[in-house]
Amino acid sequence: MNDITETRKPPVATTGILGWLRMNLFSNWVNSLISIFVLYILFQFVPWILNWTIFAADFKYNFNGEEIINREMCSRVLDPENGGACWAIIYVRFYQFMYGFYPREEVWRVNLSYIMLAVAVVPLLFDNFPFRKHFLKFTYVFPVIAFFLLNGGLGLESVSTNKWGGLLVTLVLGCTGIALAFPLGIILALGRRSNLPVISMMCTLFIEFIRGVPLITLLFFGMVMLPLFLPEGIDMDGLARVLVAVTLFQSAYMAEVIRGGLQAIPQGQYEAARSIGLSYWQMNLKVVLPQAIRISIPSIVNTSIGLFKDTTLVIIVGLLDLLGIGRGALADTTWLGLAYEVYFFVSLVFFIFTFAMSRYSLYLEKKLKTGINMGAD
Amino acid sequence: MRSNFNFFSDEKFRSIFFQTLVIGLFALGIFFIVQTTAYNLEKRNIATGWRFLSDPAGFDISFSPFINFKSTDTHLDVYFVGVLNTLLVSFCGCIAATILGFLVGIIRLSSNWLLVRVAYIYVEFTRNVPLLLQIILWYSILIQLPRVKQSLEFLDVFFISNRGIYSPRPVFETGFSYVFIAIILAFISSFVIRSWAKKRQDKTGKQFPVLSSAFGLIIILPLLLFFIIGSPMSFDYPALKGFNFKGGMVIRPEFIAMFLALTIYTAAFISETVRSGILSVTKGQREASASLGLKKSWIMRLIIIPQALRVIVPPLTSQYLNLTKNSSLGIAVGYADLVHGFGGISLNQTGQAIECMVIVMATYLTISLTISVFMNIYNRSIQFKEK
Repeated sequence: MNDITETRKPPVATTGILGWLRMNLFSNWVNSLISIFVLYILFQFVPWILNWTIFAADFKYNFNGEEIINREMCSRVLDPENGGACWAIIYVRFYQFMYGFYPREEVWRVNLSYIMLAVAVVPLLFDNFPFRKHFLKFTYVFPVIAFFLLNGGLGLESVSTNKWGGLLVTLVLGCTGIALAFPLGIILALGRRSNLPVISMMCTLFIEFIRGVPLITLLFFGMVMLPLFLPEGIDMDGLARVLVAVTLFQSAYMAEVIRGGLQAIPQGQYEAARSIGLSYWQMNLKVVLPQAIRISIPSIVNTSIGLFKDTTLVIIVGLLDLLGIGRGALADTTWLGLAYEVYFFVSLVFFIFTFAMSRYSLYLEKKLKTGINMGAD
Repeated sequence: MRSNFNFFSDEKFRSIFFQTLVIGLFALGIFFIVQTTAYNLEKRNIATGWRFLSDPAGFDISFSPFINFKSTDTHLDVYFVGVLNTLLVSFCGCIAATILGFLVGIIRLSSNWLLVRVAYIYVEFTRNVPLLLQIILWYSILIQLPRVKQSLEFLDVFFISNRGIYSPRPVFETGFSYVFIAIILAFISSFVIRSWAKKRQDKTGKQFPVLSSAFGLIIILPLLLFFIIGSPMSFDYPALKGFNFKGGMVIRPEFIAMFLALTIYTAAFISETVRSGILSVTKGQREASASLGLKKSWIMRLIIIPQALRVIVPPLTSQYLNLTKNSSLGIAVGYADLVHGFGGISLNQTGQAIECMVIVMATYLTISLTISVFMNIYNRSIQFKEK
C-alpha cells in the first residue's frame, strides 16, 4: 500500500504554450516518441507536397516563361528533379471541366443555371434566410427553367445531352437524383410502414433489392436493359437512362432514412391527428411528415453526399462527368502522364462540395439538438 | 340509415380495393414489359435462355488465383472466377478495413494532439473523395512502378514491378495434409478450452491461460509435426524468363489498387463508428472500473470494448455490405470481378443482357443477405442479455 502521507512534487507548468505542449504532445514518453515520429514524417512530407503543388508548380507558364501548350513544355517534364505539378492541363481544359463540350456561344445558359441553382438552393438550406418564402417559390420552378435552359426549346437552340460534360453532368446528376428521389423516398417510406400488406411488402422488396445490389449494376440495368423494356419509338438518351437508375437507387436509401424519421415520431402524434378527424393523407402531410423530415434532414444530407460521390460511376457507362473529362484529358497524347494533377484537381472539386455538405449536416444536427420547438414551423 | 351505402367509407373494403388495384396495375405493367421485351429481343436477334452459360468464353482473365482459367472455358467458369475474385477482394478488404478502422478510431480518441489531427485529416480527406477516383489513383500510382526487367527485389524472392508483386508460391507435398488436419484440430480444441475455461471461471473464479494454450496448440504443435514428418513443403520461386516472370505467385496491381482503395476508404467510415461507439460508453463505467482497481488495458478490454461493440456492430455491418458492393468498381481498373468479368465481357460477347444482369444482381443480393445474416448472429451474441 502507498504511503498516504507521501509528499508529491509540485505540478509542472500546465498553462501557456509549454504547458499545452506538455499536456498534448509530451505527456509521457510513449506520447513523446509518437509526437517526434509524426513531426518527423510531417516535416518530410508537408514541405514536399506544398512545393510540388504550389511553389514549384506551373500554372500557365513554365519556368522559362513560355505558355504551356503540351506536356513537353511542363517544368516537371523538362526538369524532373525540380519541377512541380503542371496545372496548365487544368488551365487549358478548364472549359471542358466546367461544361464538357457545351457550345461556347451557348455557355451563358450553363452559367445562368449555375447561378440560379445557388439562388434556388441556398435559401432552402437556411431557415432564417431573408424573404425565404419568396425564394422557395423560385426553388419549385427552378427545375423546369433549368431543364429548358440547358436542354433548349422555347426558342433556345437545342443542345444534345451528349455534349454535356464535366461539372455540369456531375451537378445535373447529383441535384436531379436528390430532387427526384426525395418525393419517391417519402412515398416508399410511407408504403413500407403502411397497414396494407401488399403495399408494404412491395415497398420493402423494392427497397431491399435496390440496397442489396451495387449502383453499377443498376447503371448497367439503365444502359442495357431499359431500352429493351421500352416500346419502339420511345428513345431515351444516355443521361436520362442513367438518371432513372440513379433516382431509383437514391430513392431506396432516402426511403430508409425517412422511415427512421417516421419511427421517431411518437405514436401520440398519429393518434391525435386521427382523433381530430384527419384522413390518412392529411395526417401524414400536415402532422407526421413535417416533423419526421425535419429530424431526418441530417441523414438525408449524408446519403446525398454518398450519391454525389457515386455520380462518378457514370464514367463506367460512358458519360463524361468531372472524372470522365479528367480521364479524357489524360488519354490525349499532348497531355499524357499528368495523371496526378488531374486527379488532384478532380478530388479537390469533389472535396469542396462534399465537405461543405458534411459541415452543413453537422450544423443541422447541432441545431436539432438545441432546438426545443421541434416541429413548430 | 342512408339508402345509398357508400362502399368507400368502409375501411375494410377500401383496403381490399386498393390492394387489388395495385396488384392489377403491377401485373399489367409486368405483362406489358415482358411483351415489349420479347418483341425487342426478337427484332434485335438477341438469343434468350441460359444456353450461353456452357459456351466457351473465348477471352482470357489475367487474375484468377483460385481457378486455372483458360479462354476455352465456359461463361459459367467466368462467373465462378468473378464471384471468387469479388469475394477475395471483399474479404481481404473487410479484414484490413476493420483493423485500420479500429486503429484510427482509437487514435482519434488518444491524448496526442498531433496524432488526433493527422487521423482527422485522413478521415475527412478519404471520406469526401469519391471511391472510384481513389481506385483509379492507386492504380495509376501502381502502374508507374518499374517495368519487369527493372523490378525491385527483396531478399531475391520478392519482385515488385508494374505487373504486380511476385512472391514464392508454397507447394504442398504428400504428408502436409496431416499438418493441415492438426491445425484444424488445434483450432477446435482451443475453442473447447475457451468455453470450458469460461465456465470454470464463472463457477470457481479460477482463471486459465487460454491465450497461451491456444497459441501453443495452433502454432507450436503443427510446427513440431511439420518438422517431424520431414518438412513436406517446398517453394516455387519466381524467375525472370524472357519478358515476364515464370513460376511463383503473383498479386496483380488491379487487385492491390482495389484492396488499398477499398480498405482506406472504408476504414475512414469504420473509424467514425468505432469512435462514436467508444464515446457512447459513459464516463461512469470507466471510473467505476478504475475504482475497482482494474488495470488500464483491462478496463479497455473487459469494460469499454464489450459495451462499445453493441453500438459499433450494426453500422459496421452496413460498412461491410458497402465494401462488398463497392468492390464492383473493379471494372474501372480491369479487375476481373463479377461485374467486370461476367456482367461486362460475357454480357458484351453474348449480348444476353437480361440473363447476365439477373445473375449478377441475384449473386450480389445473396452475398449481401449472407453477410447480414452472419453479422446479425454475431450482433445478437454480443448484445446485452437481460436476465
